[in-house]
Amino acid sequence: MHGPLIDTLARQGVTRRTFMKYCATLASMMALPPAAGRAMAEAMASAPAATRRPSVIWLPFQECTGCTESITRSHSPTLEGLIFDAISLDYQETLMAAAGHQAEEALHAAMKANEGKYLLIVDGSIPLGLDGAYSCIAGKSNLDTLKEVAKGAAAIVAMGSCAAYGGIPKANPNPTGAVSVSDIIKDKPIINIPGCPPIPVVMTGVLAHFLTFGSLPEMDSKGRPKAFYGETIHDRCYRRPFYDQGKFAKTFDDEGARNGWCLFELGCKGPVTYNACATVKWNGGTSWPVESGHGCLGCSEPDFWDAGGFYKALSMPADPLKMASTAAIAGAAAGVAISFANRGKKSAAKSAHETTTLADLEK
Amino acid sequence: MNDMQFLTWVRGTGLDIALSIFVLGVLWRLFEIYSLGRKPDLTAPRHAAGASGLHTIFRRTLPAEGMLKRAPVSIIGGTAFHIGLAIVVFLFAPHILLIKNLTGLSWPGLPSQFIDLVAVVTMAAMVVVLVDRINKPVKRYLSTFGDWFAWTLTFLPVLTGWMAVQHLLLPYTTMLAIHILTVELLLVFLPFTKLFHAFTAFGSRWYIGKINGHKGVAV
Amino acid sequence: MSASLEKGVRVLKEVIDAPMASYFNSCVHCGLCAEACLFYTETGDPKYTPIHKLEPLRRIYEQEYTLLGRLGKMVGLSKPVTDDELEEWKELVYNSCTLCGRCSAVCPVGNDIAYMVRKFREGMSASGHAPDGIIGAVNRTVTIGSPMGVKLPAVKAQMKHVEEDYGLPIPLDAEGAEYMVMLSSMEIINFPEYLAAIAKIMHQAGKTWTLCSTAFEATNAGMQIGNSDLAKLLVSRIVDGAEKLKVKTVISPECGHAYTALRWEGANLIGRPFTFKVQHIIEVLGEFQEQGLLKTEGFETDKLTFHDPCQLARRGGVIKQQRNLMNMVSKNFVEMPDAGYMNWCCGGGGGASAIEEGEELRLEAFKKKKSQLDTVKPDRLVTACANCRIVLEEGLEHYQMDIPVLGLTELIAEHIPDQTGQKGA
Repeated sequence: MHGPLIDTLARQGVTRRTFMKYCATLASMMALPPAAGRAMAEAMASAPAATRRPSVIWLPFQECTGCTESITRSHSPTLEGLIFDAISLDYQETLMAAAGHQAEEALHAAMKANEGKYLLIVDGSIPLGLDGAYSCIAGKSNLDTLKEVAKGAAAIVAMGSCAAYGGIPKANPNPTGAVSVSDIIKDKPIINIPGCPPIPVVMTGVLAHFLTFGSLPEMDSKGRPKAFYGETIHDRCYRRPFYDQGKFAKTFDDEGARNGWCLFELGCKGPVTYNACATVKWNGGTSWPVESGHGCLGCSEPDFWDAGGFYKALSMPADPLKMASTAAIAGAAAGVAISFANRGKKSAAKSAHETTTLADLEK
Repeated sequence: MNDMQFLTWVRGTGLDIALSIFVLGVLWRLFEIYSLGRKPDLTAPRHAAGASGLHTIFRRTLPAEGMLKRAPVSIIGGTAFHIGLAIVVFLFAPHILLIKNLTGLSWPGLPSQFIDLVAVVTMAAMVVVLVDRINKPVKRYLSTFGDWFAWTLTFLPVLTGWMAVQHLLLPYTTMLAIHILTVELLLVFLPFTKLFHAFTAFGSRWYIGKINGHKGVAV
Repeated sequence: MSASLEKGVRVLKEVIDAPMASYFNSCVHCGLCAEACLFYTETGDPKYTPIHKLEPLRRIYEQEYTLLGRLGKMVGLSKPVTDDELEEWKELVYNSCTLCGRCSAVCPVGNDIAYMVRKFREGMSASGHAPDGIIGAVNRTVTIGSPMGVKLPAVKAQMKHVEEDYGLPIPLDAEGAEYMVMLSSMEIINFPEYLAAIAKIMHQAGKTWTLCSTAFEATNAGMQIGNSDLAKLLVSRIVDGAEKLKVKTVISPECGHAYTALRWEGANLIGRPFTFKVQHIIEVLGEFQEQGLLKTEGFETDKLTFHDPCQLARRGGVIKQQRNLMNMVSKNFVEMPDAGYMNWCCGGGGGASAIEEGEELRLEAFKKKKSQLDTVKPDRLVTACANCRIVLEEGLEHYQMDIPVLGLTELIAEHIPDQTGQKGA
């Protein structure tokens, strides 16, 4: 197997064998058959020249660049990073050298040249408030840009929770009227890669799948690749046995916390969060939030910011009870009112009592 | 509404509404029932050891002499599902946490696998008593809509809770939300249906124990 | 004035109380009470399920005393109780319920069903749905003085017989006596041995006692029909007699409902505590036995068993005494299954035995007693209730079982050595 990618990898000290292994791992992670690993490797390695590499356009909207940071700079050099060598990233504001009109030209050139074939990656949510005026690039609202660029895209990747579900900009009270990509674009295949930020290997896995098979991988009901979002954090968590035994950390610095017990009571959203953190981990497999002693925030789920507070256990009320005390008073009042009515009725029946005589037994 | 919003709603607004109706209903109904009062008993009491309202509250938990043989399904099934419900509701760690949050009271829980087993036994017992209600002429004759309704209201939270833990049918988040919703339905209807026996059974046992205790009959 | 539905409902509104409200709200239709009721177990007809016998009462409670019930009645969800319905329920409330309280004893939520049936009868009688048989008994008790129409001369005749046969005085209207002895008309007519037995026992114990010419009849048909006004009238006769004679204790005869009427309802009916004690004759005998005032000689050797009257044992709390007394005079006393607190009713208590049209059902229900007896196969059956005794005798005859029935008091008296000579000397 030869090709520019293999050569580049070799220059960076990554052997062909390591690359093959990586592709196999990626394939198995995505629950693809073993042969798919080899197919992926071949697809990526044989992409010979810039012209034949698939074009990728990356649009940033209401975002914090955290997703880009995650993908490109989590640890360097990485195989994840290097996979970008297999694509032609034609527009990415943060990474591209061009600026201003040049950048716009690059965008339009890529759109024109790859009409109907390019992959669109979006990070950040799209504000609808004030006709989209909350976020504009080159004098155009994000909404218009998205519609325009999406038209010629083969598929769209909504990168990060903002693009996928609206994310933090959409958090209550959602001042900009932020929405997700799928709220606007209805006629294109869209895959969501939620997370705040998403795990790098999920991104590369989806790209590898697209490069190899020309399609998006299998998705769940929330448009996420099933391979990475098929199970909850809780079900794959190494602290799960403590949950089952009923051993919980009650504070962040108690005996339970030091013993590494379950963080459920400290508000861990692992049970309702579908993501691969517990298996893939972060920073090249170094650690992940729960391993570092903090509960899962549920960042890959829609509206995680408004799901009742990060430090409130799932089985606790999401909001403080507002009506209960009023209800208690109302209930007692109603009860007392009925009591008086009943007592009145009973004593009326009593005072209307006529002593029964024998004659009264017959009709 | 997506599943997380659904879950947050049932944990938030939904819970608030349900608990409010529950508290309102329970207080209203308790006043309504017990304010009717009773005439003082003027007859001379005969005191006997072990005969009192309090004794009876506990004693009636066990079947009366000879009844186990006559109605084994009702008694074993009924006892099993009541104990099962108590264990699942009060000894599952996440439930304890909710109670702690609402009342400040807390106690140790049981391992979740054990709770899981108890939930299965509870559901089995409930199905058995349901089948018995359908099959047995007396129970079928007595049964009204209220009985079937009460059974359903009680069964659903156990079923959905167990299904959520087992990841059956629907994703955990959705199932958990449905579970909490069914519990809220239970709370809303409890004061106004046969389920209110959860409160009045203690009052009833106390009364009969008191009445019999006055006569020196330990029951 | 005569009985009417309106009057019945009004009376029920008076008697519905917190225990009843609690009971109705606690019932989950588990059906266990049916298993405890001999009218269900022997017929298999679910309509005899005890709690079902209260269905109209439950609706009246809900419609009158609960907010949701009132709303339900207003919008037509809950149908008002009708005369036809109550007439249909007459059989369930009277013929097929002896107020034996077995249902109350087994209810897992603690519903005192017998307590509620007793109260329901207030409404049933006030609305004109009481059975003719019990109405007749009430009539005779109120006008003549006893449900069987026995008058004082008949009692006096019995007294004379006993005095002649046993040589023991039967005091009448003896002021200041310790005990005032009550009779049931059954005993006056059918079981004169009872009076003789009392005379012997009192004589041996050295206690003063008396009968009362204005209050010799202890049974209370007013309570059985479920009318507190009439029950009060009947109880007042006894209270007046006892207070006039200034006795310390009134002894209820071997009659279950007379005991309940006097002991557990009496003071509540007249609205003030009694100034005297009320004891069942078995309680008195038990006390005498404990204090060594009761001495017997010899033992019965044939197989005896004891039928616990419901009102004495389950509803009255007297359970041990009769067993101690049985063992005092019997070498071969065996218990029937479920004896004591959970004993099965004879099937004729609570006024049921006065209902002619209920006889067929009563005999059907008697199969329960028959099966109890078949397990033990006693030579003789002892009890402590004249009404049980009559019902048992009828049932035994119907099923062609040759088991004589006798009263415990007379059985004890038979074993009291004849001391008239010594004491009289």
